[in-house]
Amino acid sequence: MGLITPALGLFFWTLVAFLIVLFILKKFAWKPILKMLNERETGIANSIASAEKVKLEMAEMKAENERLLQDAREERSLMLKEAKETKDRIVNEAKEQAKVEANKIMEDARQQIENKKNAALTEVKNEIGNMAVAVAEKVLRKQLDPAQAQSDYINMLANEIKLN
Amino acid sequence: MLRKSKLFFVTLLMIFSGFAAFAEGHTATEEHGKEKLDIKEIIFGHIGDQYDWHVLDYTGSDGQKHPVSMPLPVIVYHPEKGISAFMSSKLEHGHAAYEGYQLVTDDYIKHHAAHVSAEELKALEAQKGKIIAVDGAAIKDFSITKNVFSMFLSIAILLLIMLSVAKSYKKKGAMQAPSGLQNAIEPLIIFVRDEVARPNLGSKYMRFMPLLLTVFFFIWVNNLLGLIPSGANFTGNIAVTAALALVSFIVILFSANKHFWGHLFNPPGVPFPANILLTIIEIISLFIKPIALTIRLFANILAGHIIILSVVSMIFIFGAMNEAAGWGFAPISIAFSIFMFCLELLVAAIQAFIFTNLTAVFIGQAVEEHGHDAHHDGIDHAHHENELVL
Repeated sequence: MGLITPALGLFFWTLVAFLIVLFILKKFAWKPILKMLNERETGIANSIASAEKVKLEMAEMKAENERLLQDAREERSLMLKEAKETKDRIVNEAKEQAKVEANKIMEDARQQIENKKNAALTEVKNEIGNMAVAVAEKVLRKQLDPAQAQSDYINMLANEIKLN
Repeated sequence: MLRKSKLFFVTLLMIFSGFAAFAEGHTATEEHGKEKLDIKEIIFGHIGDQYDWHVLDYTGSDGQKHPVSMPLPVIVYHPEKGISAFMSSKLEHGHAAYEGYQLVTDDYIKHHAAHVSAEELKALEAQKGKIIAVDGAAIKDFSITKNVFSMFLSIAILLLIMLSVAKSYKKKGAMQAPSGLQNAIEPLIIFVRDEVARPNLGSKYMRFMPLLLTVFFFIWVNNLLGLIPSGANFTGNIAVTAALALVSFIVILFSANKHFWGHLFNPPGVPFPANILLTIIEIISLFIKPIALTIRLFANILAGHIIILSVVSMIFIFGAMNEAAGWGFAPISIAFSIFMFCLELLVAAIQAFIFTNLTAVFIGQAVEEHGHDAHHDGIDHAHHENELVL
């Protein structure tokens, strides 16, 4: 039957035409189209990947910022605490020093008073000594005089002595 | 959108006007020619190949039947005379010989029946519809027949579409969204790549993509062209499918790796006598592959054409019995043929896909890397898949 016996001419033309079409389409259609499709797919995949990466980076950056902020806060409170301590210490030290200074001044004053007092006493003693010597001298000089005159003189001398 | 719907409408109109032409042609034959209505002749005339593109016959004012057809070039090679080429109109539909070549028709056979032997008559019957040399030489016929011409048309369409799509890819670059025709073709290309090539061919799919895409679109466009009434039955012709299968077969053979041949000629783990038997079976199965490809496409498309033609012919069968019956049956027949057309539109795509897919499966088997050890009983999954596919 004619239907199942292949005709040579048609077979030949189909083969030739198909191969030519295959060649032309391969070179001018399929290659560029498939290349473009591939490029687009890799492009899209890359875009998505880079978007994902950026997202991740953003999250990282945010976390980093958060961390920095936390650190800063901690540091601030630490600094405040330290400052307070320093202040307290300085104030205390100043107080302490003032006390010491005051004590020292008092001590000095007392010492000075003591010294002055001692000096004054020494002077008084010397003065008394001198006076005693002078009295003795005067007494010795008036011995030869009557007794009345003597005692008057002593009285007079005694009156002369004025103990500060 | 508007342009597309217009295109669709025009296509629809062409289908129905084609029907009208077809119907007119044969009504005329029936009413005026008073010839016996030979449905088999009509159907086989339509699914066969012709030397002209016949559209319809009409009966002129002189009462003679005039065919409306486009003559196509005839190219024949005569072993003594060499190549001759002329338009098929020179043969006058078998009424005259030209340059010693004759188109064998019923009339011609009838005419010769008187003075040739029964055997020669039988040989002549087998040559019906073909061109023979009057001197009886064995000629080679390379004519641009209706099928070949239809193929050229389809190639023109295919090249026009694909090259313009490729151009728009080049123009737009890779990162711009496709539009228009490009948008229509792209999913098909991606379908062939992701559903046909990748699953069957693995990492080597890119090498076979041009073949698979060309096979797919070539068959599909030709299937669709064949559906246009008075179109050629191109993919329903065994010579065509054989040529396509041959291309696939050659690619299968040339891409087959050592592993494939090793399995074919020396199935591992099989004892000596069974070995030979298996090799014979394997070789037969290798050759069955292209034959399966050939017959599946050819038979499917041919069957579709025969069914549509038969359904339409029913109108004239009923009409021949009674004019009212013919008119009465027409709506049923048309409704059924519309259904068949829709089915055939589907079949056109499905068969193109199946041919492509099977080609990919066969190539896949041939290039498969040695991924698994053969079982010790000599049965191995690749062969099971093979059987399923066939």
